[in-house]
Amino acid sequence: MKTMVLIRLATQSIRKNKMRAALTMLGIIIGVAAVIVMVAVGYGARSRIRAQINNLGTNMIVITPGAAQSAGVSQGAQAFPNLTVEDVEKIREEAQVVTNVTPVIVTRTQVIGETGNWRTLINGVDVDYETIRDWKTSSGEWFAAEHVEAHRKVALLGKTVAEQLFPGVDPVGQEIQIRNVPFDVIGVLEAKGQTASGSDSDDVVVIPYTTARSALSGRSFIPQILASTANEGDIPAAQAEITTLLREARQQEDFTVRNQNDLAQAAEGSTKVMTMLLAAIASISLLVGGIGIMNIMLVSVTERTREIGIRLAIGARGSDVLTQFLVESIVMGVLGGFMGLLLGVVGAKVLGHFTGWETVISPLIMLIAVAFSGAVGVFFGYYPARKAAALHPIQALRYE
Amino acid sequence: MNVIHTEGLTKTYTSGTNEVHALRGIDLTIGKGELVAIMGTSGSGKSTLMNLLGCLDSPTRGAYELDGVRVESLGKNELAAIRNQKLGFVFQGFNLLPRTTAMENVELPLLYDRSGRKRDTKALAIAALERVGLGQRIDHQPSELSGGQQQRVAIARALVTSPALVLADEPTGNLDTRTTIEVMSLFQELNEEGVTIVLVTHEPEVAVYAKRIVEVRDGRIVRDEPVKNRRRAADDLEDIAA
Repeated sequence: MKTMVLIRLATQSIRKNKMRAALTMLGIIIGVAAVIVMVAVGYGARSRIRAQINNLGTNMIVITPGAAQSAGVSQGAQAFPNLTVEDVEKIREEAQVVTNVTPVIVTRTQVIGETGNWRTLINGVDVDYETIRDWKTSSGEWFAAEHVEAHRKVALLGKTVAEQLFPGVDPVGQEIQIRNVPFDVIGVLEAKGQTASGSDSDDVVVIPYTTARSALSGRSFIPQILASTANEGDIPAAQAEITTLLREARQQEDFTVRNQNDLAQAAEGSTKVMTMLLAAIASISLLVGGIGIMNIMLVSVTERTREIGIRLAIGARGSDVLTQFLVESIVMGVLGGFMGLLLGVVGAKVLGHFTGWETVISPLIMLIAVAFSGAVGVFFGYYPARKAAALHPIQALRYE
Repeated sequence: MNVIHTEGLTKTYTSGTNEVHALRGIDLTIGKGELVAIMGTSGSGKSTLMNLLGCLDSPTRGAYELDGVRVESLGKNELAAIRNQKLGFVFQGFNLLPRTTAMENVELPLLYDRSGRKRDTKALAIAALERVGLGQRIDHQPSELSGGQQQRVAIARALVTSPALVLADEPTGNLDTRTTIEVMSLFQELNEEGVTIVLVTHEPEVAVYAKRIVEVRDGRIVRDEPVKNRRRAADDLEDIAA
């Protein structure tokens, strides 16, 4: 029998039982919609984290002290913040693929401005910091190499700090005090927004690292070194290079070299698990929807025994009846899948709109959801269809 | 040429240790253009005979040739094809598909035709409905039709494939007297146009419209004779009207 005729017969019989078909499909519709929405939320969270990690900078490599083993006892990361300016210089001079490098000396302290004071993060860095973090000024200028060399007391304010200390005024040219040391504000940094961990990247003051050491902490060790390469492809080579150089300089591997992807993967790990969990829960409803199809098809076979008898009497083969019922359940599955897809896409948008969550609808998931609902139709439709096809015409005709 | 020819057709049902001999050797020949009534009380074996003649079941023993084809040993799918192409069924309970228009019901056998010889299924279905006088009702569903009209749709469905034989199982069992005569009149009309018809009935007043009566009792043919005082249903209708 021709496929077109089969599909016609199947849709005919679905049309003739609109209510029942709609209720049956509801299970699939809700299941598919749930999968789509859940995965959209999960993917949304992931893409947001990735954007935040990328926001950290371009082709960035992070070197932190730690992972040290002293006499076989691991001290864990950052047990001793003992990277040095010499380490930075060695990387700057000897590394081939590393194009930029800067130490980052972090101090948290009170900053006093014209109209108030504000506790914030002071980052003592070198000029390369601008390129590595890809962080331009929105007004004023970055400090230059001379400023760093001369231990000049100049500062760049993050957007949040600028707003707190100089509301409604351009802070460039003004003076702030950090631990009672006066600094000239020479620029305001562009807004960067939230970090992956949810803190405010703009709540920061950036000063030359030399000044930070001499005027603020007096410390000679460096808690973090940032480096970057010209191309993304150079990152692994740069990491290897840095590792070799530092191992040579320090005689032991008491530091950790990570790139942005490592950071991203660590941050994404938890959302991946969450996405899978959500999708798994949603899949259960798809499974329940499939069982709904099977249930209805089984009832349908009983209810339509006479109809099957008529079809057999006028010349339908068992295989015709089998295919008809199978096509019916596949059509219901796929149709429900498409409706669920629609509902899921709309639902994800609405959810994103009202909660402010980012939702990302992946075409692959859409394809999988519809294909899966079709497969649910085949799987749960086969048994009832087999049952229908095995009926004997005489018994089926006599069935009341 | 014979439409039906059976020799020693036997059907035995076995349930556990019990053997029920529904048919004990039927020799029956029905020629083209005949209008035969198979009569018998309930339990006589006439339904079993009808099922065998209708290729809905296979005999335990014996030979059955339908329109030149030996069918007693055919498989399920071949029997389905025979039913589709050589037979038209009319049942007591009409057995139309519910919520399905008259035309779709009549078209159905053509959709199961694998030989591909029937192309324009819709036109054929409409022609068959016109032939039974329901040209105006093609889009009606069974629930919107009277019993007599439903049975006519069923007859149209039986005719649409131009079968070698129309098998009617108690076709008037659910109808009142007047509608019964109307339906029998239609059968006589079709028979005059050359359609071979076998009807199974237990009502003598229906059998008198046939040309030949075959009576079955205890699985055997006990009477096989032409109808002596055959009636024309059309005349009876006029009598009722008058």
